[in-house]
Amino acid sequence: MQDLTDAFVELFRRAATDLPPDVENALRQAYEREEPGSPAQSVLGNILENVNLARKQSTPICQDTGTPIFYVYYPAGWSTIKLREQIEEAARRATAKSYLRPNAVDSLTGKNSGDNTGEDFPVIHFVEWENDYLQVDLALKGGGSENCGVQYKLPFNELHAGRDLEGVRRVALDAVEKAQGLGCAPGILGIAIGGDRGTGYEVSKRQFFRNIGQRSETPELADLEERIYEEANMLGIGPMGFGGKTTVLDVQIDRAHRLPASYFVTVSYMCWACRRHRMIVRGDEITYQ
Amino acid sequence: MITLQTPISEEEIRALHTGDIVRLSGTIVTARDAAHKLMIENFIRTDTIGYPELYEKLKPLLKGGVIYHCGPVVAQNEDGSYRFVAAGPTTSIREEPYEAEVIEHFGVRAIIGKGGMGPKTLAACEAFGAVYLHAVGGAASLIASAVEEVQDVFMKDELGVPEAFWVIRVKDWELVVTMDSHGSSLHQQVKEQSEARFKELVGLV
Repeated sequence: MQDLTDAFVELFRRAATDLPPDVENALRQAYEREEPGSPAQSVLGNILENVNLARKQSTPICQDTGTPIFYVYYPAGWSTIKLREQIEEAARRATAKSYLRPNAVDSLTGKNSGDNTGEDFPVIHFVEWENDYLQVDLALKGGGSENCGVQYKLPFNELHAGRDLEGVRRVALDAVEKAQGLGCAPGILGIAIGGDRGTGYEVSKRQFFRNIGQRSETPELADLEERIYEEANMLGIGPMGFGGKTTVLDVQIDRAHRLPASYFVTVSYMCWACRRHRMIVRGDEITYQ
Repeated sequence: MITLQTPISEEEIRALHTGDIVRLSGTIVTARDAAHKLMIENFIRTDTIGYPELYEKLKPLLKGGVIYHCGPVVAQNEDGSYRFVAAGPTTSIREEPYEAEVIEHFGVRAIIGKGGMGPKTLAACEAFGAVYLHAVGGAASLIASAVEEVQDVFMKDELGVPEAFWVIRVKDWELVVTMDSHGSSLHQQVKEQSEARFKELVGLV
């Protein structure tokens, strides 16, 4: 098995410094929509300038380089033990090169490991698949947005939210309203319907790997995505919570089977700096998307 | 575009209103959780001044000055001087228990951060003539590029790099007034309006 440590360092660098084009386009469209001279437009102008500068200088888009969340799709025969070792070593090197801020704190002692490794850090999901190549998806998710995530147990009487898609809509809008600008709006909502509490968060965050505007293949969910997206933007929270037309850039929903007794709706919030990158390894050839 | 240059006068502050966009230039000081705690315990809620040298250095910097809630990523140059690599704002509400007293004690004219602050700080802004300026969360590279010079640093070894008092000179840094000296908070307004719209959308009114 080849040593991919350097390739993983490059994946970290790209994720931290180079915002995906679909996210940048959504921000640019938001800039065009807001009133000229408004605080909302000023924020988006600053964001776009920052995105350019970070890419040009190869410096972090945001100083909070977040939790690294990996999805590693591998063909049979790869060692996930070795892949994990290489990813951890790459996290150490990427931190030393200042692509990442030291972000892993021991929850017992409060001590920062200083190199972005620790218990369950980085987060890595391994998935064996039928394809003959390796695909590694990485997202960096900052703390401000992570603190805005919320899980609802339906029925949720306070909002008259029952165990149906109307109930999902109600709690999703509640999550956006509660977050205000604190998740660094305009953000992206990842929503999971069902699952247990753990898979709920996992599925909700997996949505952040979808492109902006990519609708669910399930028509009911696609309609719901569209509706929550439009209504969230009617709340008027706006970029950074300054008021304005753009509160979310997109809403992406998936579902998981649940127990008859449970109906969780899990809403994860991704900040505007939706930093994700993909690496594909075919033999000796490594490409990034 | 409104420009502000430190030190800032009360008159300039009173002319500002929520929603105004300003460009700030001049010397400012970073201070976050540990620095605020230190100022409160050693300079403000005390009869005997701890760290008297630091106190004397901070007084002229903060009179008409600006505090920035920021834990920067800082690199050291070969000649021993420092430069800011990434310097976005941190969440300000954590300083709510302290900020009003800091504003009053030192005559601070502006606080920079993100997310806004609460009623105690808003009241201090009104009483003593100060504003809250909101920086763009996440715009770390852009903000670092507005920092022209790191002029000094206090308590770096004691508090660590993110928590130290960094004295920096900034140029043309674009910020939005979200809490003014007339009792108005954009955060409060947006919260009230969005809550009302939310209730309409889910039929709770």
